[in-house]
Amino acid sequence: MSTAYALTDYNVMIGRCVRRSLRDPEAFFTALMLPIILMLLFVYVFGGAMSAAGGQYVNYVVPGLIVLCAGFGAGTTAVAVATDMSSGIVDRFRSMPISGSSVLAGHIAASLARNLLATALVIGVALGIGWRPSGGPLAWVAAIAMIVLFILAISWLAAAAGLLVSGPEAANSLTFVIMFLPYLSTAFVPAATMTRALRPIAANQPFTPVIETMRGLWMGHTETGAPVGHDAILAVAYCGAILLASVTAASFTFRHRVAR
Amino acid sequence: MRGIAKAFGGKPVLESVDLAVEAGSVFALLGPNGAGKTTLVRILATLTKADAGTAIINGHDLRADPAGVRRSISLTGQYAAVDDVLTGRENLVMMARLQHLPRRDARRRAGELLAAFDLDGAADRRVKTYSGGMRRRLDLAVSMITRPPLLFLDEPTTGLDPRSRQQVWGFVRDLAASGVTVLLTTQYLDEADRLADVIAVLHHGRIVAQGTPAELKAQAASDSLDDVFLALTGSDADQMEPVR
Repeated sequence: MSTAYALTDYNVMIGRCVRRSLRDPEAFFTALMLPIILMLLFVYVFGGAMSAAGGQYVNYVVPGLIVLCAGFGAGTTAVAVATDMSSGIVDRFRSMPISGSSVLAGHIAASLARNLLATALVIGVALGIGWRPSGGPLAWVAAIAMIVLFILAISWLAAAAGLLVSGPEAANSLTFVIMFLPYLSTAFVPAATMTRALRPIAANQPFTPVIETMRGLWMGHTETGAPVGHDAILAVAYCGAILLASVTAASFTFRHRVAR
Repeated sequence: MRGIAKAFGGKPVLESVDLAVEAGSVFALLGPNGAGKTTLVRILATLTKADAGTAIINGHDLRADPAGVRRSISLTGQYAAVDDVLTGRENLVMMARLQHLPRRDARRRAGELLAAFDLDGAADRRVKTYSGGMRRRLDLAVSMITRPPLLFLDEPTTGLDPRSRQQVWGFVRDLAASGVTVLLTTQYLDEADRLADVIAVLHHGRIVAQGTPAELKAQAASDSLDDVFLALTGSDADQMEPVR
């Protein structure tokens, strides 16, 4: 199969998934409202009590909200993949002379687009209500690269999960698990303020270095006091590992799963 | 095809199935639920791997050249394989693009097929709003984008009302008349009787009878395929759907 054909396959599949996202207005609206509502909730409702960073809470919470929204977006992706697998359309695709990976690539690309839009909203609203990051242009580029890598990893993880579960309902329940994890990290409060038993979990789970890398790049210092580079290496390693495992699992499952 | 066998979890679903389908004919695989019809079609369409045996499909060996097989067939599964969220036209254009037709040709082909399968009026409505018969027709239209020489239809009229059923039969006859080889599975005796040149009865993963409808009836000395079927499958005949 020529490269041009493969490109067409990818193009068509991405177009299909983007179209599907846009045609579900309720879900799309929720996905866009969520970052705004969460931002206002955290800053204005909880923010007064949690001026943990010794200043404006908005200056602390932005990376956490980006990660939280990406978790929600991943849930959407898992449901979309599971929905596809439970309908006959994937069988049709698989009986056609097209590259199998393009079906998943369509979902991943749509997921990336949805999540980056949500991230842009978080950042836009945050700047509007007083977030003042001190990082320069290079720090911004690095932070955005971190976000893209993280969203890519979590999207593939979601796609793999969507392929492995029994159906869209099961995939939907995964959303809650992924959305719950950031609370057990340094996303919203420093690990040091948690119960002794939770501290090591919060300090070492994969979300934390991702959040701390963004925080360090934007605000000039991490919550833990560790240098940004330290967290960045950990974050990239975590994302790389998740990406590798998820791509392998998803590709294998997609090829071998006998639907029904 | 020779000696196709498949077992799921140690339970044999197909036991050494041999069949020859003549090019340009309509071949019906008739059998009760659970006979292995869908499994056989999925194997032939490269979706499931056989444990043993192989088939030559349009000159391509199923085992050695599955990609060649995929290029020369089209499958319409038991459940409409179309995208609910897209419109009928978008579905056709998407599938045509995936068959690597240039964009302009894809649009033109979609228009032709919408007209041919009587979907003009609903072309730009989402498939979600289609009736069962319309979905089936769209499904058939998708299968005909590249005019494949061999078309698999897995239970093409299951769940359709009598009028839609007649309509689908009409399209299948037209396709056969235009030279397409059709291999269809069905649990309806009348469907096999009316559409097929050759019928093979699949029962417990084996072909228990094969021939033209007339031959099968002669064999059972009866005018009715019902009797043929009862004679062949015995106590399991109550699994068959009654003729509508």
